[in-house]
Amino acid sequence: MPIIRFIQPDGSETVALANVGESVMQAAVNHQVHGILGDCGGSCSCATCHGYVDEAWTGHMPEAESYEIDMLTCAMNVRPNSRLTCQINVTPELDGLLIHLPDTTS
Amino acid sequence: MTTAVPEDTALIVGAGHAAGECATSIRDQGWTGRIVLIGEEPHLPYQRPPLSKAFLSGELAIEQLYLKPQATYDKARIEFMPNTRAERIDRAARTVALSDGREIGYTKLVIATGGHARRLALPGMDVIEKQPNFHYLRTLDHVARIRTQFHAGARLVIIGGGYIGLEVAAIAVKRGLRVTVIEALPRVLARVTAPELSAFYERVHREAGVDVRTGMAVSGFELDASGDAVAAVVCADGSRIPADLVIVGVGLQPATGIAEAAGLAVDNGIVVDEHTRTSDPDIFAIGDCTNHPNGLLGRRLRLESVPNAMEQARTAAATLCGKERVYNSVPWFWSDQYDLKLKMVGLSQGYDELVLRRAPESRSFSAFYLKDGVMLAADTVSRPQEFMLAKRFVAEKIPVCAAELADDSVPLKSLLPAV
Repeated sequence: MPIIRFIQPDGSETVALANVGESVMQAAVNHQVHGILGDCGGSCSCATCHGYVDEAWTGHMPEAESYEIDMLTCAMNVRPNSRLTCQINVTPELDGLLIHLPDTTS
Repeated sequence: MTTAVPEDTALIVGAGHAAGECATSIRDQGWTGRIVLIGEEPHLPYQRPPLSKAFLSGELAIEQLYLKPQATYDKARIEFMPNTRAERIDRAARTVALSDGREIGYTKLVIATGGHARRLALPGMDVIEKQPNFHYLRTLDHVARIRTQFHAGARLVIIGGGYIGLEVAAIAVKRGLRVTVIEALPRVLARVTAPELSAFYERVHREAGVDVRTGMAVSGFELDASGDAVAAVVCADGSRIPADLVIVGVGLQPATGIAEAAGLAVDNGIVVDEHTRTSDPDIFAIGDCTNHPNGLLGRRLRLESVPNAMEQARTAAATLCGKERVYNSVPWFWSDQYDLKLKMVGLSQGYDELVLRRAPESRSFSAFYLKDGVMLAADTVSRPQEFMLAKRFVAEKIPVCAAELADDSVPLKSLLPAV
């Protein structure tokens, strides 16, 4: 089971054991990672699963498609490495993936 | 037999979207006592929207529907009791009687009973509902059964032209079934959208091969010669539609009986305040079954939507842990049919002006419902950015100019006031 590490703005970390084939969002929700809600169940409808893919990992996954990009433009604190984690599928290659959570307090 | 309560217990009656989110949220908020989830179905809390979409089409397995796996509840020390109905609340004793004869004590109680599929109010329905090819569509088990009868060539009659009926039609016609949708009102989606949207969706479905019949009420059913299956749907005008499979989606009956019997205020749902508290300070209600105040709309309403279930769940969890929280959000919904991603913001009843941004024929457009120069609601079709922006226009009651809204060359974002 690939491991995904979710890092909060304050530096605290949750190590999640993910299942190949599920979304990064679902792995986060299963481990109750703060900041990732996934309210629409992963249908790219709510942008509550926003995360920053660590620079070292952005090249290890398919790029965002236009629908996700459109949804992202209206999320808060968007950066070049922003993704809606419901659209990232967990593969064995993503073992060790690092996701940073946006600061939602500002 | 009464179960002794050695520690505080947060008891949740129901195991759907709202209940599942509430259970983990209560633990997250710092509750150290027992958390118990009581569900009448055999399944862990699961997502309902895919039942009429990817689960019906066979793209998703049952396990992929669960909100969270068993392991997540185990880790959070949440006790889940499936196949168990809560029968009665004794508010004085603070206990809930269960269908297996046990009683559970509670410190805080959350009612998340959702509702049941509204039944057709026709004579003889008891017999019809027992037929193996007649289905309501609300639960995972309803759809698991429907899936086994989804054969190419089968004549499917869907009663109800709301979101559920139309989503099922879209999946079915793609799977090669011969689909008829019967809607009693003059147009599909009549209660929730403008005539222009109804016309668009009727056209889309007809182009896909669905026989959409509006302004048609169902008056009864015919059984086949053996009496073991429905053979046709009979309409009020006397017409007869042969059917191999009948699916009914005509709304939800909120499950408020247990609250009403316990003397809690009930009025089109269990009445709660903005903290999801019922008329009893230790009892909360969340999700499809609640009548709650919405500050933005300035009135009470009962909402059947996933965002409502999730947000009320979090509000109840925080509040019952002593961190009073207010639930006041803009309602929003989504419906996927064919390649069209319909996302809706707000409630459009009472609008005085409709503004279309691009023609519906483009299959990528938005419809804005204005009232007194402010955006009341929006239906966006495959326009995710405009959906997200509309949430702000509606929530902040930003004054809008119809001509600018209608002009696709003016970015919607530019119409927001400068921050």
